[in-house]
Amino acid sequence: MAQNILLLGTRKGLITYGKNASGNWEYDNAQFLGIPVTIASYDEVTGTWWALLDHGHWGCKLHRSKDGKNWEELEAPKYPDGEEIKDGIAASTKLLWAFSNGGADRPGTLYVGTEPGGLFKSTDNGDSFELVRGLWDHPSRKGQWFGGGRDHPGIHSILVDPADSDHIFIAVSCAGMFETTDGGLTWNVRNKGLRADYLPDPASEYGQDPHLIDWCKSNTGVMWQQNHCGIFRTEDAGANWEDITDFNGPANFGFAVAAHETDPNVAWVVPGVSDVNRIAVDQSLCVCRTDDGGKTWQDFRNGLPQGTAFDITYRHALALQGEELAFGTTTGNLYHSVDAGETWKSLSSNLPMVHSVEFITV
Amino acid sequence: MPTVKFTSNLKRFYPNLTPLKVEGETVAEALDQVELNHSGLKDYIVDENGVLRKHVNIFIGNNMIKDRQSLADKLSETDEMYIMQALSGG
Repeated sequence: MAQNILLLGTRKGLITYGKNASGNWEYDNAQFLGIPVTIASYDEVTGTWWALLDHGHWGCKLHRSKDGKNWEELEAPKYPDGEEIKDGIAASTKLLWAFSNGGADRPGTLYVGTEPGGLFKSTDNGDSFELVRGLWDHPSRKGQWFGGGRDHPGIHSILVDPADSDHIFIAVSCAGMFETTDGGLTWNVRNKGLRADYLPDPASEYGQDPHLIDWCKSNTGVMWQQNHCGIFRTEDAGANWEDITDFNGPANFGFAVAAHETDPNVAWVVPGVSDVNRIAVDQSLCVCRTDDGGKTWQDFRNGLPQGTAFDITYRHALALQGEELAFGTTTGNLYHSVDAGETWKSLSSNLPMVHSVEFITV
Repeated sequence: MPTVKFTSNLKRFYPNLTPLKVEGETVAEALDQVELNHSGLKDYIVDENGVLRKHVNIFIGNNMIKDRQSLADKLSETDEMYIMQALSGG
């Protein structure tokens, strides 16, 4: 019988919640105790669980499991000899920051995005990885990509087109969004319409800072981007971005964004104050939703702390499944909604810092 | 032959880890010997360029090694080499 699981990557381990017979989420267990889990994920194509670890001392590690209980350590993606982040700075894997399968028609194909900016591909379900050269060798990388909040540029978003597994988008902080239509051989930047207020030229072709990209799964030309400088939406797969930031409301700065799976006009964000003041707006947690493609935003607060909160929600820590949402925060809160984000219930206020949240069915 | 000793924290990942006598005239060569005995362990200590990880220290006797980039510090037959974790985090 299928199990519904809420899968969390946290600063102190991989944590699961299970849905009980009454339909309520209950704490299930924790693994990799004490070890930072950057992303916990499940590949429904192969039925494999994945844990991307960032040991404080021992480097980044990659683990997989067939049952979510017994784990196998694999060699994490490594940069080939002689590769450089910048001239004279040797490349090494600093963080495993994004994970995706390679499409339903390619079981065992995986992508892992890393800091310092390399995308890695496996075609043997993680037994080995190769650097995706087309992106790493992009002429903009050495000179026009840079770190934002971390020392080096990092890939945090990977979207593989459900209709064409050679059609992939990735997003880099800081560089922007890139698209390939040939399985990664060549990549084109897709930043037109974005705004980088921290650059001399805010409309710069590169150096944009998407915090996360998502798309409407049934209409993938419609994409959403929570950016360092606001919120953006495109209806033409990134050829042109439109600024949909709410300059008079909270829907502005943040990290996470979730796009409705079938309605291209609906998306959610979890805002913070600003890049220099990373706390909840007015010390009050809210989730903002637009139902009209970003023309207007509503903020929902029912069940969320008001006036007493410091939480930020990281980019991978907002999850969506139909009308059901969950998000985890930097201060260890986990919230859940069954009504498209309009009312919320706390599942825990005692978790470690939450890095990633996913709904999975196994 | 020099002896390599490990912080007990690595036993979480390599439960059978015990002090190991190795061939090798440098720290880097000693680590290669460690890897032959414990596959994957070297990756916990150095990155893919052979650079000592930021929060890991190696001592020869009481002295911290000088070359964290290529681990060229020399070992003598009677040396004890300690792989330790630096204090960090919270």
